[in-house]
Amino acid sequence: MPLLSIRNLSVTFATSRGPFRAVDGVDLDVEAGELVAIVGESGSGKSVAMLAVMGLLPWTATVTADRLTFDGRDMLALSARGRRKIIGRDLAMIFQEPMSSLNPCFTVGFQIREAMKAHLDLSRAERQARAVELLELVGIPEPERRLSAFPHQLSGGMSQRVMIAMALACKPKLIIADEPTTALDVTIQAQILDLLLRLQKDSGVGLVLITHDMGVVAETAQRVCVHYAGQQVEMQETRGLFRDPHHPYTAALLAALPERAQGRMLPSIPGVVPGLADRPKGCLFSPRCRFATDTCRNVPPPRAGAEFGFALCHTPLLAGVPQRREIAA
Amino acid sequence: MLKLFLRRVALTLPTFVALMFVTFVAVRLVPGDPIEVRTGERGISPERLAQFRHELGLDRPIWQQFLDYANGLLHGDFGVSIVTKTPVLNEFLILFPATLELAFCALVFAIVLGIPAGVLAAVKRGSIFDHTVMTAALAGYSMPIFWWGLLLIMFMSEYLGLTPVSGRMDLINYYFEPVTGFMLIDSLLSDQEGAFGAAVAHLILPSIVLGTIPLAVIARMTRSSMLEVLGEDYVRTARAKGLSPLRVVGLHALRNALIPVVTVIGLQTGTLLAGAVLTETIFAWPGVGKWLIESISRRDYPALQGGIMLISGIVILVNLIVDLLYVAINPRIRHGG
Repeated sequence: MPLLSIRNLSVTFATSRGPFRAVDGVDLDVEAGELVAIVGESGSGKSVAMLAVMGLLPWTATVTADRLTFDGRDMLALSARGRRKIIGRDLAMIFQEPMSSLNPCFTVGFQIREAMKAHLDLSRAERQARAVELLELVGIPEPERRLSAFPHQLSGGMSQRVMIAMALACKPKLIIADEPTTALDVTIQAQILDLLLRLQKDSGVGLVLITHDMGVVAETAQRVCVHYAGQQVEMQETRGLFRDPHHPYTAALLAALPERAQGRMLPSIPGVVPGLADRPKGCLFSPRCRFATDTCRNVPPPRAGAEFGFALCHTPLLAGVPQRREIAA
Repeated sequence: MLKLFLRRVALTLPTFVALMFVTFVAVRLVPGDPIEVRTGERGISPERLAQFRHELGLDRPIWQQFLDYANGLLHGDFGVSIVTKTPVLNEFLILFPATLELAFCALVFAIVLGIPAGVLAAVKRGSIFDHTVMTAALAGYSMPIFWWGLLLIMFMSEYLGLTPVSGRMDLINYYFEPVTGFMLIDSLLSDQEGAFGAAVAHLILPSIVLGTIPLAVIARMTRSSMLEVLGEDYVRTARAKGLSPLRVVGLHALRNALIPVVTVIGLQTGTLLAGAVLTETIFAWPGVGKWLIESISRRDYPALQGGIMLISGIVILVNLIVDLLYVAINPRIRHGG
């Protein structure tokens, strides 16, 4: 049994203009100690899917799934109280904006110790000692002094280190990092990413890394899920994905990497992600897909098998060539 | 911190000068002077009128009167009441505890009900509770204090007979010398059985009436501030730690949401003291508000000027304290960030 197992996860928001499906049929398995990346552009539902796992979505969201288990427990069947015993302890999350994710009214030390106070049976002195140890672990100099600092006295990189320390406080089994480096300076991005990877390797914690940076994915993850417009369009081993993407969107995404650009023009994917109003009848990517057929435009695509990276496509690619398959529609 | 304090104190000086000028002029713009008001329809001979005016210094040029008044204020002299012939400061100090007691109870009523109501309305946004609280707050804010006071007296005192109609104490049943001037404390000190209960009973209606507008303002402010804060990333972080909703809302969110609310509470002290003028009149509450109203009808210039200056001074002082309190609860200001 994987540590985190998700089957057919969907999240629908009730909006004033009707229901909006932000996440549509996402599958994911994360084994203990594994590093899985979820990539996709903004609004592709990758953060929402993980917030659903944490149970942190607002009440306007409806979460459904065939299976949503963490560490053998059904997260959807759990009571709110039961879930609170797991999140923050076994399942922790790091957010995109470190500066605004720390409470400006409380010291860093208070916020780190608070998680331990809620979940662990430690004395006040032990919590303080562990907080110092954690700050050392995430590479913050003068940890004793920093514990009494307020968030506004820290830089973005320092704040994210504190957030990581907070996530590690109760020795979690899985950390979900939601674009942990996006809001940071490029030079700091590499440091924070290195830190996360080192901690992940040393402690053997599972890590789900949400990102839109393919470069980060290539360097870090063992497996990659690609999201598009709330759907999971492909899932593969990282090396396989970069070598032979099976979904046309993944292929287009990789072709759009600046490193792979040829000539003077940067390649891009024409069009925009469909919104609530202009959702295609068939495949959501069909309006932007080079290989789209009438079938693609009118019939929702089936999910392909493992040999095609579970691609959600009528004509998954093999070495860049679309493969026609029999469609039972 | 000290620099901040001194700067804030220095900033209040122009306010005082402007106030001094405005009160002096405004009081004199009211038709009739103290002597005319006192003689009324009986009339008075022009010689006697001139003599009285001379005695009170009212025959001197207006700018000279102002300079005398300003000079007195600078020396801490608020003048002597024309009617009672006692120093204005003494009268004020005797009456002020009654007003302070009432304003304090009204503010406690407003805070104790307003903040939880605002928090709950924000947490249960869009619910029936939210709509009820916000409609009630709007009504409370819009209601004329006079009408609301009379309505409560009619219902609570006349119809239900639960509370006394007016005054601070049952003077027939209890009598004791004022020690602190605060009826709640004096009644306890007096050892007379039931006196404290009577003091509380007298305070209930005036406190509700005076506290209604601040209550409405605080509830609305808390709600909007809380709604903003509840959407912040750090509230999500607190939830992600697996903390109880009570801790997330009551500690992480409320602590941040209170920052603007404290400012509003400070600003309400002005409203409270202004409202006290009406409330004290309705309930025959022997405080500075009622005294000011009486001073207006007597055209008691020194009492009016002095009373307004003293009340304004208190409002300015409270706002200064609130500014400092604000620094204490908001670490971002404390460290000059």
